[in-house]
Amino acid sequence: MSTTAVPPSPPRKVNRIGLEPSDYKGKKSTLCAGCGHNAISERIIEACYTLGIEPYRVAKLSGIGCSAKSPAYFLGSSHGFNAVHGRMPSIATGTMLANRNLVSIGVSGDGDTASIGVGQFVHLMRRNLPMVYIIEDNRVYGLTKGQFSATADVGSKLKNGVINDLPPIDTCALAIMLGATYVGRSFSGDKKQLLALLEGALGHNGTVMLDVISPCVTFNDHTGSTKSYSYVRDHDAPLEEVSFVPFFEDITVDYDPGTTTEITLHDGSRLLLKKLNSDYDPTNKTEALRALTEAHDKGEIVTGLFYVDTKKPNFMEMLNFVDAPLAGLPESSVRPPKKVLDEVMDGLK
Amino acid sequence: MGTADLAVKEADSSSFWQEKVVNDLSIQVATVNGSGSQSANTVLLRSIFRMGIPVSGKNLFPSNIAGLPTWYTIRASKHGYIARRKEIDFLVAMNPETAQEDVMSLGAGASVVFDDKLNLQQLRDDLIFYPVPFDKLVAPVCPNAKLRKLVRNMIYDGVLAKLLGIPMEEVHEALKKQFRKKPNAVDLNLAAVQVGYEYTEKNLPKRGRFFLERMDATRGKIIIDGNSAAALGAMFGGVTVCTWYPITPSSSLAETLSNYMRRYRMDPESGKATFAIVQAEDELAAIGMVMGAGWAGARAMTATSGPGISLMSEFVGLGYYAEIPAVIFDVQRTGPSTGLPTRTQQGDILKNAFLSHGDTKHPLLIPSSVEECFTMAVEAFDLAEELQTPVFVMSDLDLGMNNWMSDPFPYPSKPINRGKVLSAEDLARLGGFERYRDVDGDGVGYRTLPGTNHPKAAYFTRGSGHNEQAVYSERPEDYVNNMDRLNRKFNAARDRVPAPVVQDNEGAEIGVIAYGTTHWAIVEALDQMKQEYELPVSYCRVRGFPFAGQVFDFIRRHRRIYVVEQNRDGQMFELLRMETDAEDIPRLRSIRHYAGVPIDARSVTDEIVSQEGKK
Repeated sequence: MSTTAVPPSPPRKVNRIGLEPSDYKGKKSTLCAGCGHNAISERIIEACYTLGIEPYRVAKLSGIGCSAKSPAYFLGSSHGFNAVHGRMPSIATGTMLANRNLVSIGVSGDGDTASIGVGQFVHLMRRNLPMVYIIEDNRVYGLTKGQFSATADVGSKLKNGVINDLPPIDTCALAIMLGATYVGRSFSGDKKQLLALLEGALGHNGTVMLDVISPCVTFNDHTGSTKSYSYVRDHDAPLEEVSFVPFFEDITVDYDPGTTTEITLHDGSRLLLKKLNSDYDPTNKTEALRALTEAHDKGEIVTGLFYVDTKKPNFMEMLNFVDAPLAGLPESSVRPPKKVLDEVMDGLK
Repeated sequence: MGTADLAVKEADSSSFWQEKVVNDLSIQVATVNGSGSQSANTVLLRSIFRMGIPVSGKNLFPSNIAGLPTWYTIRASKHGYIARRKEIDFLVAMNPETAQEDVMSLGAGASVVFDDKLNLQQLRDDLIFYPVPFDKLVAPVCPNAKLRKLVRNMIYDGVLAKLLGIPMEEVHEALKKQFRKKPNAVDLNLAAVQVGYEYTEKNLPKRGRFFLERMDATRGKIIIDGNSAAALGAMFGGVTVCTWYPITPSSSLAETLSNYMRRYRMDPESGKATFAIVQAEDELAAIGMVMGAGWAGARAMTATSGPGISLMSEFVGLGYYAEIPAVIFDVQRTGPSTGLPTRTQQGDILKNAFLSHGDTKHPLLIPSSVEECFTMAVEAFDLAEELQTPVFVMSDLDLGMNNWMSDPFPYPSKPINRGKVLSAEDLARLGGFERYRDVDGDGVGYRTLPGTNHPKAAYFTRGSGHNEQAVYSERPEDYVNNMDRLNRKFNAARDRVPAPVVQDNEGAEIGVIAYGTTHWAIVEALDQMKQEYELPVSYCRVRGFPFAGQVFDFIRRHRRIYVVEQNRDGQMFELLRMETDAEDIPRLRSIRHYAGVPIDARSVTDEIVSQEGKK
């Protein structure tokens, strides 16, 4: 018996709207190899693919910095807007006012959010604008080569010996207090947790604020209470030469709810991640703030979904405007007839 | 200082008791901020308007809610002149703090209505004094002591009505209009006017030469402030998103817009708004929201003033390079917030023309009248979307916050123009597009909006570093190509911004270039120079930047050009020097007015006549 085995061609992998994973890809990343931001882009792609979100409905928005470049590296067939430093929230607000049917994904950084952009961040959270706001948090200014950001740990040290004396801003605690309705924290290398958080985020009707710890392979040279020196000692020379960017592998983690895991960053510093218990109740604002405060006291970075409120009206609902996108309203809807002008004029005589 | 600069002493005792002057006078009411004088002043203005006499009113107020001095000037002119007049014919002195200085600054022959407790009559013997016991008169009319301070001011309306000859029925009609939402207030205030009228009738015999008599020059006209006019223009221009931050003198533009829109722009079926108006956290966010909304296809605007413009500078630069339509109303005022924030100035011309970083320049639309606030607001939305760029409407405090007489506004004659936007159907037909390619030769590319359901619709928006396909690029030729196209686009705007209004007068060897509210002083100054000095002067009113060719032709046709404006540094003068051919630059001269009060005709006339050697 002789048969020619013809292997069946593998079925084309598509999602519920018939798109392939590659339909969600963006341009090739120009960020450093091993940068946590790239892993976050991959999770965004995965989440959008899995949920079957139409790419044309997505608006990708960012401010300035390494984080702000990343929207070019996912969802290549979505409109994107790389705006000005710290002002992505206002761009997002205007975009959603113009077209409420869009899915806004904003990518910010720790400097872009917690320093220059903290004013707009605060008011975005207050408004509960429907959008996903992601902080790619590497606790450092990468694009301007290594200055402290406002989320850097106390005691972190720059290469020139300057020590960070100021406490970090906890963007999650801030977001919860200000009125964001879906607030969580994760680590760029925690594929399972980050994907789950993003999938929930994309279905949420209100402001989502996700702080994603994302190691910087080039400038995250901090030393502090949670970090050690071992790697930096061995790789000292290349780190001083900033035009040389060493190649690093992605850091990935996988750990269970209620447990802690210690990860070593590329520079040898360590982070202690603690995942919320599976019975944690994310609808209690006070509990959420308590969990965050306790973690700070223990030197841990607590991860997970801290707070969800599905009932609070979002900004668009509060403004009570028409369901159709304002951008597309016809002239008959936006220019009152002549008799209205006549009426107004008569009233002024 | 008080009002020394408001009423320059021009003593001319020979004219003290001269012939009767009809329908040509100015009244100044000096009060304390927060004392409710605004209603009394508006009623006075409207009463004169109702008599058919051309009239204008200007509020000179402090940055304060209550307690500081404030002046309101009303000018009635049978010739239709509505610029500020320096000389005051009637002073109503209600403010003890400034009364003495206000009186000392008057020209001989002027009249003074005053609170008798101030004893002003002893200060001068060349004025006509009318002491009025305000407190004594108000008490029986207004038993409620709390309201007395407000109602008290209405008494001077009654005094002036009697002294000048304003019929009481017109005052009554004006009161009804003023308090149309509070009918009870009409009777109370009318009683106060009446008591002033009757007291004057009995006790203050009329002296002096100023009278008001009915004429027929205001029939069919409206009274409105420039901010309300601009708000109406925005509404009829199809605005869908307005994001703003409070700042004097622009706040009332957004607030009035909100009032009109909630009345006239609700969807009849759903009862929901066809717009979004958001008070932002600051000007940085206000302009950012405009940029986001304009990018996503809304007709978006903001309203602000000088310091707000400074904060918007970064985003406007991005808007220029990312080519995003935006309409920015700049109601100009004097500089910093701790300066004279409540005084008028044409102070942002040069700044806005080039606002932001790198090579940036922006179209400016410059209204002179409330009607132009309306029409230019309508045009600005079309222009911003046609050119895909931020566009400024350059109003000022004088225009924006004061009441002006006008013909009713014309309904927009052209349909709304949304510019070059490709739909999904267009893309299906074309097979794709290149965002920054100059297909039509006017420098304006085609754009798509987020949410367009076509796989080729998307592009990535960023600043200047992109090629024609909107792909990131730092190649020198891509950058130069983009910059040159932006220049073509800007030049295309020369014929799209409102054209200058040119008036060549017979025998004129010299000309004036002016813009905005300076116009009203120029109109009067041209007549003064012709009538008093036999000096014919041509006039070019600039209404837009970049300058149209007619502006340069006008300069070339005249031996000397006086550029008259309300700022210290001659901002339009400098802008013209930058753009005018080198050989024509020596023709340009600069006249600047920057005292924090609106420019007047006499100052312009004196300066030009002096420079021309006629005086």
